[in-house]
Amino acid sequence: MSEAVAVAHAHGVHAAPTSFWRKYVFSLDHKVIGIQYMAYSLFMLVIGGLLAMLVRWQLAFPGRPLAFMGKVAPAGMPGGVMLPEFYNSLFTMHATIMIFFAIMPLLIGAFGNYVVPLQIGARDMAFPRLNMMSFWTAVPGAFLIIASFFVEGGAAQSGWTSYAPLSAIQPKGQTLWLLALLVLGLSSLLTAVNFITTVINLRAPGMHFFRMPLTVWALFIDAILLLLALPVLSAAMIMLLFDRILHTTFFLPAGLIVSGTAWTNAGGGQPLLWQHLFWFFGHPEVYIMILPAMGIVSDVMAVFARKPIFGYRSMAYAMCGIAGLGWIVWGHHMFQSGMNPYLGTTFMISTMVIAVPSAIKTFNWLGTLWRGQITFSTPMLNALAFVAMFAIGGLSGIFMASTPVDIFIHDTYFIVGHIHYVLFGGSLFGAFAGLYFWFPKMFGRKMSETWGKVHFWLTFIFFNGVMFPMHILGMRGMQRRIYDYTQYTHLQGLQPMNIFMSFSAFALGVSQIILIVNFLWSLKFGEPAGDNPWKANTLEWQTSSPPPHENFAEIPVVYHGPYEYSVPGMAEDYLPQTQPASAPLGSH
Amino acid sequence: MTTRRRSLGLRLLAGAALLAAPAFLFAAEPNAPWRLPEQASTYAGRIDGIFNLILWITGIVFFAVEITLLVFVFKYRAKPGGKAAYTHGSNRLEVIWTIIPAVILVFLAVISQDSWAYIRNHFPASGTVIDITAEQFAWNIRYPGPDGKLDTADDIVTLNQLHFPVDKPALINLHSKDVIHSFFLPEFRIKQDAVPGMTTRVWVQAKRTGHWEIACAELCGLGHYRMKGYLTVDTPEDFQKWLAETAAENKTESK
Repeated sequence: MSEAVAVAHAHGVHAAPTSFWRKYVFSLDHKVIGIQYMAYSLFMLVIGGLLAMLVRWQLAFPGRPLAFMGKVAPAGMPGGVMLPEFYNSLFTMHATIMIFFAIMPLLIGAFGNYVVPLQIGARDMAFPRLNMMSFWTAVPGAFLIIASFFVEGGAAQSGWTSYAPLSAIQPKGQTLWLLALLVLGLSSLLTAVNFITTVINLRAPGMHFFRMPLTVWALFIDAILLLLALPVLSAAMIMLLFDRILHTTFFLPAGLIVSGTAWTNAGGGQPLLWQHLFWFFGHPEVYIMILPAMGIVSDVMAVFARKPIFGYRSMAYAMCGIAGLGWIVWGHHMFQSGMNPYLGTTFMISTMVIAVPSAIKTFNWLGTLWRGQITFSTPMLNALAFVAMFAIGGLSGIFMASTPVDIFIHDTYFIVGHIHYVLFGGSLFGAFAGLYFWFPKMFGRKMSETWGKVHFWLTFIFFNGVMFPMHILGMRGMQRRIYDYTQYTHLQGLQPMNIFMSFSAFALGVSQIILIVNFLWSLKFGEPAGDNPWKANTLEWQTSSPPPHENFAEIPVVYHGPYEYSVPGMAEDYLPQTQPASAPLGSH
Repeated sequence: MTTRRRSLGLRLLAGAALLAAPAFLFAAEPNAPWRLPEQASTYAGRIDGIFNLILWITGIVFFAVEITLLVFVFKYRAKPGGKAAYTHGSNRLEVIWTIIPAVILVFLAVISQDSWAYIRNHFPASGTVIDITAEQFAWNIRYPGPDGKLDTADDIVTLNQLHFPVDKPALINLHSKDVIHSFFLPEFRIKQDAVPGMTTRVWVQAKRTGHWEIACAELCGLGHYRMKGYLTVDTPEDFQKWLAETAAENKTESK
């Protein structure tokens, strides 16, 4: 441990601020920054959700006018009838906002920032000022992406994957899309550096790597993935930006003819290069979004099953395995792209193998429940839903991994179903579990359990109502990103199913109002939580709720692993990490 | 204790298989809206075979996991005065549930590879050669004329009307003028991107004559949803007749 860090431990990094601006706006405190990220990501989650509602309207009733939208978005929906280019913007922005502006900042920015320093017994992040910069760099990113709706030609409309050359020849919104993601990428890079340094250097005495809660493990690995993957995306986006505004031709081959005229800056470029660079980032990105949820779910599950995590070390190793294998599977997005079919074989094998660590984790979660004492609190219900739904998302991935099957289901709704079971069924249920779990720590009050459960069940039911049939649409050959599927004979009979899905989606959206109201109401009127309402072991629960500035009166000393629940011979069924065990603890 | 545990595991697996069976019979119902489309190409059956095998395997795993989850959640719900077991796991189980999925997954990769190689690496030596150039938002289709060569003056061209004869491979070269498109024949289980600046190749052999539609499967702009083409699989005689008629039409148009 360096001298500076030791001093930081002993005396604290900075004094508690008193001014409003320093305390709530430009705060250096990881807890305030975490809550800022939470507000940011939940706001963007609402926007992303509303965009999905419009997508679902068009899919249920292609071309039917939506009168009020004629006034809200006269350019995209004149007279309330959606234009195809506006539809393309909607799904592009839905995915972009959900992935980059909602799920990532919620899991990494909000929970990561808030929980990691607390769980490792640190006073703050290693670089508080950098942390503040991360958040305030993410804010202009959000402004840029929202502003892109209002430029000439509307927001980006080439999908969240923005395949070149389409993305190179689209209207201005695409430029703003690139700028927004470049800015946001910078913010994520700063966060990643901060997390890695914090976890390596600021662990409390006794907090060995294999005593860290799995949430910390997950976010540590996540930060490493971000640090290595994001520069590749940023480089690709800068190249695309250059193709758009400086007339370079990284992705534009010779002889490009757009709408009958030769495209002036074309020659020498390679469209598949974009896909390789994008997915070299994009596949680790999927794991970046699921790992923190896996960590959160593990923490929640041990607490509410009152049991040590089954196979704690293999859980950590499985995450390392996912992180390692995640770098050699990107080509499975490109089986039908014109990439050499022999490469397809390589990527199929690595992709099949990457399902193994996910299977290990699922079996270990089941092992954790086995012979537990399970209470069905709202965080636990969401964690259980994570396991149940992530299993579907994981298993459906095997279909795409098989190269010949992928020929048929690639670019169909089967993929859309798969990704929603991973990102909503997985990441978002994990985030909900974390939200209900740590809300008492963040704000000193509990959220309403009753309304939490109502929110959970409605979300669970309607989520499946909208997402499960997507697999069936895919099996029928319904392409994704398609404005009006009734154009095709083979999709003629699918409208009733789409109507059912859309009404499920609308109900899913409306159900989230319960969460918002519960959240806001509980901030002021929730039942006081106390320091450790869930009787949990990890360090964040061994300080007050909310924790004081710099988290702990004294830096805690850690005596054992994070999941010592139901230790035989003890009166209580939990043993905080700060409390020495009276007898040697078992490792099996 | 071990036998009791083992029997619980066996019962769970049997339960999963029992539940899975009617679900699959249900799914296999020929007129169900969730069935896979007609198998119009020679290799459609191979692809569907792997699809169904994966559906069976993942289906059994799915039911096994979900039922185990439900049983555990019900059986191990908190009881007053109850105490959870104190265990940190089992290395033996970790090894078992690492190796079994790994073996199944590698097996799936191996059997998939056979069909992948058949469809993508082994092109039939002869067949009907067709050149398709995609553009926003149409399919330009080109056949060699009497000289048997593409890109010569006597090429026969059509727009959005693809014909090839039944029971004979169609060897298709795909190009694109502008952005990436994807040539998709759902009933033939074929999909291949058409990428500007390069040629991609697919082959397909129809099992019967008839009419189908070509879909674009890669987002290509605002008209992506209506980038539809038409496929007619003819008898060899009808195909030659159609080709001759189209050649004649081409000549009148160029005059």
